[in-house]
Amino acid sequence: MNIFDFGVLTNWFDNLLESVMPSWAATVVECVIIGVLLLAVYSVLALFYIFYERKLCAWFQCRLGPMRVGPWGVLQSFADMFKILIKELIRLENIDRFLFALAPYLVIVASMLSFAVLPWGKGLQIIDFNIGVFFMIAASSIGVLGILLAGWSSNNKYTLIGAMRSGAQMISYELSVGLSIMTMVVFAGTMSITGLVEAQADGWFIFKGHLPAVIAFIIYLIAATGETNRGPFDLPEAEHELTAGYHTEYSGIHFGFFYLAEYLNLFIVSGIASLMFLGGWMPFHVPGWEGFNAIMDYIPSVVWFIGKAFFVSFIIIWFKWSFPRVRIDQLLALEWKYLMPIGLFNLVLMTLVVVYGLHF
Amino acid sequence: MELSVFGIQSTTLMVVALITGLGLVAAALVIAGLISPRSFSLQKGKAYECGVETRGESMMQFKVGYYLFAILFLMFDVETVFLFPWAAICRSLGPDGLISVGVFLCVLILGLAYAWRKGALQWK
Repeated sequence: MNIFDFGVLTNWFDNLLESVMPSWAATVVECVIIGVLLLAVYSVLALFYIFYERKLCAWFQCRLGPMRVGPWGVLQSFADMFKILIKELIRLENIDRFLFALAPYLVIVASMLSFAVLPWGKGLQIIDFNIGVFFMIAASSIGVLGILLAGWSSNNKYTLIGAMRSGAQMISYELSVGLSIMTMVVFAGTMSITGLVEAQADGWFIFKGHLPAVIAFIIYLIAATGETNRGPFDLPEAEHELTAGYHTEYSGIHFGFFYLAEYLNLFIVSGIASLMFLGGWMPFHVPGWEGFNAIMDYIPSVVWFIGKAFFVSFIIIWFKWSFPRVRIDQLLALEWKYLMPIGLFNLVLMTLVVVYGLHF
Repeated sequence: MELSVFGIQSTTLMVVALITGLGLVAAALVIAGLISPRSFSLQKGKAYECGVETRGESMMQFKVGYYLFAILFLMFDVETVFLFPWAAICRSLGPDGLISVGVFLCVLILGLAYAWRKGALQWK
């Protein structure tokens, strides 16, 4: 395994800084660099995802999608972002101003925290707790608070219904996400994200983990679609019924934050799927094919991680344009009567597999 | 503590990510406030509706169904919190660990079955 270790690069930079300035100043500079990088990657990725979904949605419907701004319309979402930045922020009457202003902060912070946990490559991970997976679940569930506050504080019936639906949906599907992640934690025996990825060096979990891993992956994909409020589970923003759901009253960049966080959440759930099931930044190896494996090793780890995440996102976007929207009772029945019991039994199955060593 | 990129503690970097998130929202709002146009109209401040005035209070009581699911969620989420430490060391516990957590899971599945039987999972 000769994947490039980014730790070499960061250590060299760290030593370089330490040699020209005191230790605390070096730490401050590094923190600022990390913050700026995080901000840049976060916004560029969200903008790219908006473009990605618009293009895919167009191709699924035999259209071209955005074509005017830049080659193949790649600059379209940048143009949209600047447009949204110069839109008026409308001052509303009869709203709860504090909660109304607080909601976008919660939504963005939740997605930023879980975004920082994702491993981009070897030695290229910002937050690396030994309970990283647990932290990620905890951080991403702050987002639902922001959505509930946004809907409640807007003092509008559409937003209230949208927020309530979103609350019920997100907390329900979070259980299945947690259970399928726990199934893989049982298999790996660690909650640290580095540990999870390292454990997949000799084969991705979806190949190593037998049937329970495949079931967990399918449950995870469905539940992640539900948790990010994406179609066919996009009830909170069902535009035919609720105009725009919980962010109906938000205007200008205020609305932009919800939009940004929504697309970033799509990337985050795809990133978690690729790290739990598809080997994170580990290259694809076929046992016995030495030449093939050597070529796969030459592809940088960052490319592997982003490629896998884009692949999972592609599947989730595909869901949206293939299935009609479900009703709220169908949505909750799917979670509580199917995914949740199956997830619990799958957990027991995985434990049996692990305890009696039935895996590869 | 666990060290991450540049050998900085992960807790510190968590705070950095937190501040970055807050900074993103605050900075974008300041920029938008500086360059966006401002206008005043009595109609603009009204709640977004289909053309007629909203009737009655909007911050009102809502369907109890959502509340029931929130309570069920609480039960199973706490269960998840209890199960995670077991999940991490499940391999080394062996069959004994499986039996003891099996009892725990059985009680929870019974709870889910009870809620199901009582019709709490039925959207009314």
